[in-house]
Amino acid sequence: MSDYNFAYLDEQTKRMVRRAILKGLAIPGYQVPFASREMPMPYGWGTGGVQVTAGILTPDDCLKVIDQGADDTTNAVSIRRFFEKTAQVAVTEKTSLASVIQTRHRIPEEPLHDGQILVYQVPIPEPLRFLEPSEVETRKMHALEEYGLMQVKLYEDIARHGAIATAYAYPVKVEGRYVMDPSPIPKFDNPKLSMAAIQLFGAGREQRIYAIPPFTNVVSLDFEDFPFDPSKADHACDLCGASDSYLDELIIDDAGGRMFLCSDTDYCATRCAAGEVGAQRMTLTEGAA
Amino acid sequence: MTPLLQVDGLAKSYGPRIGCANVSFDLFPGEVMGIVGESGSGKSTLLSCLAGHLTPDRGAIRFDTREHGLRDTGAMSEAERRMLGRTDWAFVHQHARDGLRMSVSAGGNVGERLMAVGARHYGDIRAAATDWLGRVEIGADRIDDRPTTFSGGMQQRLQIARNLVTGPRLVFMDEPTGGLDVSVQARLLDLLRGLVREMGLSAIIVTHDLAVVRLLADRLMVMKDGHVVEAGLTDQVLDDPQHAYTQLLVSSVLQV
Repeated sequence: MSDYNFAYLDEQTKRMVRRAILKGLAIPGYQVPFASREMPMPYGWGTGGVQVTAGILTPDDCLKVIDQGADDTTNAVSIRRFFEKTAQVAVTEKTSLASVIQTRHRIPEEPLHDGQILVYQVPIPEPLRFLEPSEVETRKMHALEEYGLMQVKLYEDIARHGAIATAYAYPVKVEGRYVMDPSPIPKFDNPKLSMAAIQLFGAGREQRIYAIPPFTNVVSLDFEDFPFDPSKADHACDLCGASDSYLDELIIDDAGGRMFLCSDTDYCATRCAAGEVGAQRMTLTEGAA
Repeated sequence: MTPLLQVDGLAKSYGPRIGCANVSFDLFPGEVMGIVGESGSGKSTLLSCLAGHLTPDRGAIRFDTREHGLRDTGAMSEAERRMLGRTDWAFVHQHARDGLRMSVSAGGNVGERLMAVGARHYGDIRAAATDWLGRVEIGADRIDDRPTTFSGGMQQRLQIARNLVTGPRLVFMDEPTGGLDVSVQARLLDLLRGLVREMGLSAIIVTHDLAVVRLLADRLMVMKDGHVVEAGLTDQVLDDPQHAYTQLLVSSVLQV
């Protein structure tokens, strides 16, 4: 028995969070203000995502937490432990077994199915923030659907770099209405935003919750002559040989040696267990032995 | 002929102080009107009311919209008014910094209005930006430079290009030559005169510089203490001022 209320937050707070989530689902892409609470972790560590997860968690849920695709990094481990302690829910590293997945900066490679909920940790929910400093003005721009400025950012990218250089937090238009920041996921993940699972976005410091209901039309912004390109490293995973996953580049020695491996650890481990072998897995295993 | 802009009994006060009062005029297509007066005479208040930046206390402003003819801008929804501000209207600020995005390249500044009304082809936007930079005498090689690297005169010309790129029908200018040295002023005025004639623009120019209105304006309104004290054709008002204040204003100009 824990001394905490189920999932840490008190019931009134969870009701408030749920109301914001329902409103967000009703208006896909719209940033709903909510009374974000102080959480026992610093801002920037996922206070928004944690509050959303706390709001939706039930005792029967199975929770998975990832950070940049990995289940075993500090942020993922500590948040997973937090809910193990305060909600006593089952936890897993398997994407397919989880009913709630809290994520920082990635969408799992394995397609999510209905019944699952993906919770994003969002640092800056306002896609227009660095273009227009005034919150009053950006809200007005959202209300009146004035999104020319977002295109100016992409124009600047092309003018300066020859291509749209925005590689993460790539702006999208949700259901033909609201322009939304999909949190700092790589643009490689943008096409996956139209999915069967519910997607909830929580920004703790900025006190905003927004959502994408299942099978919502999500379009990445672009120009007619510079279409959206969900780029990835031109390589296959060196551990599991996957050529369709998003890769991390790892420098492994002082002689310029490097390897590419899936950022989604569960996806990579599942493939390795099934006997898939990448280019460097053998050499690594031999070196270890 | 329908006027492009019809102003009727416009008044705006700041508490007990009068900003401007009882201003009425018609502006016809292709006409340039100057508003002169000393500092604090209500010129800028009047211009802000006309451009929808301030809400007037009394009176009506009607604009000849493309779809629905004369419409009261005060009765429009904010979305419609802001749409007008990006398409048929343009506003040239006295300080270029107020009208430009200083962290965005010159090309982006000019292209912003195009993208705001739905342009989504990079090549076309860039071509239009290059064309407009040429028309305001900014070299095509400066298209990717930020306005912070431009001189004051160039910034002002960039602001003009940025405003005129969507082919507006009515341009509001607030002291467009303020703060520029005389030779740069002369080039800018020359440029403005060319653009106004070439595009058939209507414009309302607020200034305290009589030389500017002499060059650009067809008609003139002289304001003092929030009231219009004299109005008429520019040459008529400047060469044969009737009101005591206008006479003072005209005689105050230094003859070099």
